[in-house]
Amino acid sequence: MRRRRTSSTWQRFALGLPYAWLLAFFLVPFLIVLKISLSQTAVAQPPYTPVLDVLAGWPGLKAFFAALSFDNYRLLATDSLYLLSYVKSIEIAAFSTLILLLIGYPIAYAIARAPRRWQPALVLLVVLPFWTSLLIRIYAWMNILQREGPLNNVLTALNVVSEPPAWLASDTAIFIGVVYSYLPFMVLPLYATLEKLDESLMEAAADLGAPRWKIFWLVTLPLSSSGMLAGVLLCFIPIVGEFVIPDLLGGSQSPMIGQTIWMEFFSNRDWPVASAVAVVLVCLLVTPLIIYQHQAMRLIERD
Amino acid sequence: MTKRFGLQAVVDQLSLDIYEGEFFALLGPSGCGKTTLLRLIAGFERPDLGHILLDGVDLAPVLPYRRPVNMMFQSYALFPHLSVEANIAFGLKQDRLSRREIATRVADMLAMLRLEGLGRRKPHELSGGQRQRVALARSLVKRPRVLLLDEPMAALDKKLRTDTQFELMALQRTLNLTFIIVTHDQSEAMTVADRIAVMDRGRLVQVAPPAEIYERPRSRWVADFIGDINLFQGRLGDDRLGVEGTPAGNLYAASKPDADSGTVVWLAVRPEKIRISREAPVPEVANCTSATVVDIGYLGGMSIYKLRIRDGSTVRAALANAGGAERPIGLDEQVWLSFPPQAATVLAY
Repeated sequence: MRRRRTSSTWQRFALGLPYAWLLAFFLVPFLIVLKISLSQTAVAQPPYTPVLDVLAGWPGLKAFFAALSFDNYRLLATDSLYLLSYVKSIEIAAFSTLILLLIGYPIAYAIARAPRRWQPALVLLVVLPFWTSLLIRIYAWMNILQREGPLNNVLTALNVVSEPPAWLASDTAIFIGVVYSYLPFMVLPLYATLEKLDESLMEAAADLGAPRWKIFWLVTLPLSSSGMLAGVLLCFIPIVGEFVIPDLLGGSQSPMIGQTIWMEFFSNRDWPVASAVAVVLVCLLVTPLIIYQHQAMRLIERD
Repeated sequence: MTKRFGLQAVVDQLSLDIYEGEFFALLGPSGCGKTTLLRLIAGFERPDLGHILLDGVDLAPVLPYRRPVNMMFQSYALFPHLSVEANIAFGLKQDRLSRREIATRVADMLAMLRLEGLGRRKPHELSGGQRQRVALARSLVKRPRVLLLDEPMAALDKKLRTDTQFELMALQRTLNLTFIIVTHDQSEAMTVADRIAVMDRGRLVQVAPPAEIYERPRSRWVADFIGDINLFQGRLGDDRLGVEGTPAGNLYAASKPDADSGTVVWLAVRPEKIRISREAPVPEVANCTSATVVDIGYLGGMSIYKLRIRDGSTVRAALANAGGAERPIGLDEQVWLSFPPQAATVLAY
């Protein structure tokens, strides 16, 4: 009896752990950011008002809530800088996710079809770049993409270009950096799905008269849709909020949303507007996540 | 035909004729090459040597999707993302048949295999037996010249399996198609097939109708693989009908083996062909010896008697439990066992 009680206490503790984690490290910080987004900027420490003063009691609480406003969100809606920034982020994320899918799928497919004993090594090769810090790898790309860098040296030596083009400070550089950095996030879920695909399904399709390209189109592709969805979300969501890559490789004319938040926060010291931008971003990203959750539940039901 | 995986020949210089409209079984223990042979016919493997002729045309270089044969997979290999109807229609769509033609033929197939009303379900919403019938429908709907069945009943429980075996036979007779079934279950092969090819280590050991394989096995290996058998080792007599010096004395068969007199041979007799009696048979008959009952296994319809003969070796006899008035023979009783020469076969190897 006693042992069962202890084990159930342990069970409850173990089950509660993820919720506690989410509460402490996601929900509470989010609520703080949400609160700041409803505040006004001030030359003070912290640089916004109102600040909740529990000691002031009920009247203090009332004054606190009265001081909150949606002004920052109104600003976001009216100033085209923010809108353009969101559009740019989603554009970059969508386009690079598409490139990632087009490059990642064949890689994942090739690994899944390679001899069994090679597969762990091939997967390792895909993950290998993670052993170096992202920042260092992006600095390496800055070097490669310089006007006098290795890429242009090769291109001019091969006579592909007569005048070395400027790669850095352009969207192309962002795409190169993003696709390079996120490829493992696309390949791994795709590989996991493709590797589990039952070979006899492909044989059955061939047996029923489907040539190879049709087998791929009618069987392999639809059955790997869960892996594609996982890969797309794993790439798309963080790319929308990506900061380091556009900041180091991209230009300054039209910033991505991560850069906008940074600018508001550190250059303008406008914490409330920065917070409002972040809150809207979270809301934008929650939508695809809910779709994913829905799909994942359906797949679990099917199995 | 020969097929090697690495250095090992999985199908080893094998030659086989299968007739049109025949229900043919490939039978053998696991790893004997029967599934590889089936996959060679389907086109998933290519022979290293030899030809596969269908109506005089060599199929060996033809890609699987162009072959007029269809296969039912052991795992059924139903497309999980497609409905039952779409699964069955898959092959017809590849042939670019008209929408209406496809719809009628799918409906016919659903009716024939008692799947009406399940057409819109997904495979995971079906029972094991229903899935099996969908797989069968999908492989039959293209009216293949040859239908290949890879252990089609392995995933079914025993009762369902027996029913399905008879359904499969009826289906084959109605459609008048050539069926090739791969199985490791000898009773399944005996039930469904017109002819059986017994395979061992990539070679054919015997190809014959079920009754012949059972009654006249060509070797001890076949005799032992198909059902239960008693073997008595001895030397072949001068008339090549008698086997001398077996543990049960001199025994006689009715037909001569393909061996010289004086060589070591085995006289084989099935348990159900052995008669047991309390008194010695009168008048005296060939193939008769005394024994003691050491064990009785009751199987319902019949009982298996383990009998010890004078040299200490055991003989198994199967007796139908007919429920006569006579008191059944019990443990430790002294009995006489006998069998007519026609019931025995002499095996040279």
